[in-house]
Amino acid sequence: MQRRHFPLLSIHVGYFKASAIKHTSEATKMKQKEGVIKPKTKRAKRFLDNRAPKLTENVKNAMIMKGGNTSMTVTQALKDIYSLKKPSAVLYKKKNITRPFEDSTSLEFFSKKTDSSLFLFGSHNKKRPNNLIFGRLFDFHVLDMIELGIEKYRSLSEIKNSKCPEGTKPMLVFAGEAFDHDDDHKRLKSLLTDFFRGPVVPSVRLAGLEHVLHFTALEGKIYMRSYRSLLKKSGCRTPRIELEEIGPSFDFVLRRTHLASDDLYKTAHRQPKALKPKKKKNISHDTFGTKFGRLHMQKQDLAKLQTRKMKGLRKRRGPAAAAAAAGETSPKTAKVEVE
Amino acid sequence: MAACSIEDVLAKAEQDEAEKLKSITVQKELDLEFDIGNLVAYDVNRIDIRQFREQKKDDFLRSLARDNTQLLINEIWKHPTERVEEVIVVKLPEPTTVLPREKPPPKPRPPTKWEEFAKLKGIQKKKKTNLVWDDVAKNELHRLRNIARAQKIKVPGVGLTPTAQQSKTDLVRAVNVAKVSTASAGKFQDRLPKEKAPRNTGKKRKFQPVIGNFSNEKQRQLDLLKVMDSKKPRLDVNKAVNKQMREDDREESAAKFRKGGKKGRKGGNFSGKGKGGKGKGGGGKGRAGGKGQGPPGGKKGAGKPGKR
Repeated sequence: MQRRHFPLLSIHVGYFKASAIKHTSEATKMKQKEGVIKPKTKRAKRFLDNRAPKLTENVKNAMIMKGGNTSMTVTQALKDIYSLKKPSAVLYKKKNITRPFEDSTSLEFFSKKTDSSLFLFGSHNKKRPNNLIFGRLFDFHVLDMIELGIEKYRSLSEIKNSKCPEGTKPMLVFAGEAFDHDDDHKRLKSLLTDFFRGPVVPSVRLAGLEHVLHFTALEGKIYMRSYRSLLKKSGCRTPRIELEEIGPSFDFVLRRTHLASDDLYKTAHRQPKALKPKKKKNISHDTFGTKFGRLHMQKQDLAKLQTRKMKGLRKRRGPAAAAAAAGETSPKTAKVEVE
Repeated sequence: MAACSIEDVLAKAEQDEAEKLKSITVQKELDLEFDIGNLVAYDVNRIDIRQFREQKKDDFLRSLARDNTQLLINEIWKHPTERVEEVIVVKLPEPTTVLPREKPPPKPRPPTKWEEFAKLKGIQKKKKTNLVWDDVAKNELHRLRNIARAQKIKVPGVGLTPTAQQSKTDLVRAVNVAKVSTASAGKFQDRLPKEKAPRNTGKKRKFQPVIGNFSNEKQRQLDLLKVMDSKKPRLDVNKAVNKQMREDDREESAAKFRKGGKKGRKGGNFSGKGKGGKGKGGGGKGRAGGKGQGPPGGKKGAGKPGKR
């Protein structure tokens, strides 16, 4: 068990201070997967089931770590992003002397330990000052990595006002044509959405839509701003928005990228069949959105079809009857003519 | 005129509406794309670089963010809301942006031993119906228990204590017991026109009358003595044949099982059934032949039946 790297905060809900020891025991359980050694207690089984592949997955955990050399800017930036991503993030205190773009084994090892599929690696050297690498993993192997350089940075503590509570699901806005046209920017958009979106929920408290993260791509740079939204009264039901800048503000410049190959990307997106929405048979929609249904009927004998009965037009039996019918119908027709 | 004033009123109403909506409307060249499931908005409008450079960067970005957030909020407010425990909550749709998974989708687990067995046997999972405790029946049961305790007798059986759902057999049994519990033990109780006579009642053993047919009794005693006297063992051919056949079956099935495992066992079963059928026929023949000692017609019922 490598003793160098201890997470600052245990990410398992419900485990608090005494969990330091428990966490390591869980970590050792992780070493022996279910196939090799079967869990002997229910708790261990629950722990392993939580980490096993599922149909609907857990919130993605992020691990935030420092490289061999870091500057004040980078450490502060990492801390700020950690507070944005709490509680589904782990911030490592110690430095890790690795280079993600060259060797990703260390990252993969840590992701297995803490069951994280997102990472943020901060470093600083002369060639690449104030470097942040955002990345994600699939099946504990690196999928995408994008390197961003911090050009201008204002931390949470610099902007003095009241902040949003921890764990609020943020609203994300991506502005700029580059996010639609450039491949790297598209991948970055997807990565940032994945990183910051938080848990997927079926419903959201209207008053709790406080936090907004706004990304603007302009002239090869990416500006990230974090605001707190105030819902003011407008004349109608929908409120008027006023923004107040709170959180960290970054001016990023896009540096290197390591994007996944097409087939790996496709495999990562493969959804299990059970999650696909079931198609309702015999229901179709046309271009206007009208819903059409189909009924399957048995063959009907048109001769025996039940229609409205016109008593007067019924066939009478015999010629005398026919004359009587004619006599009867004529005053009716006469009436119609008058009108 | 009336018509003019109506028009005025309508125009004024429209103006008011526009005023109200002015605070939340935002003019954009291209509409934004939304993914409300993730609370994301994508703005593809061109950003005026000159304006960006003229203004202070932060102010420009802030106004841009305000407009975009306003549009996003407008879109969110279009969705249905509900009240959950004094809190108004908006129901979000499914997220539309496809994001890669964390881990590959789970592989189907191999079926457990029980699942395999159930599939082989054709056992289906039956959900237990929710049995609800019936208050009426509970009262009845307690009442009968109290009576039993007071009179120091036992509570009558399940068929008589009323339950919510009583099956046909329970009801029939209850009726029969009720009929018999008269002073004259049900002897003078009339039956309904289509009611069937109760079966399985009456004596379980039949004895011969004490003083009856003297010659019959004498004959029976003499026969018994003759059988006890004879040195030869009395051979019940039917029984012997069946016993032999059973042993043969067992040996054959054991041999087949040792040879071919499952397949052999199945085959062995079939052959066993066939043998059993033949055995019946053989037994019948044997019976007719073997029981030549006693009176042929009379003893057929009393004699030991062949192994079914």
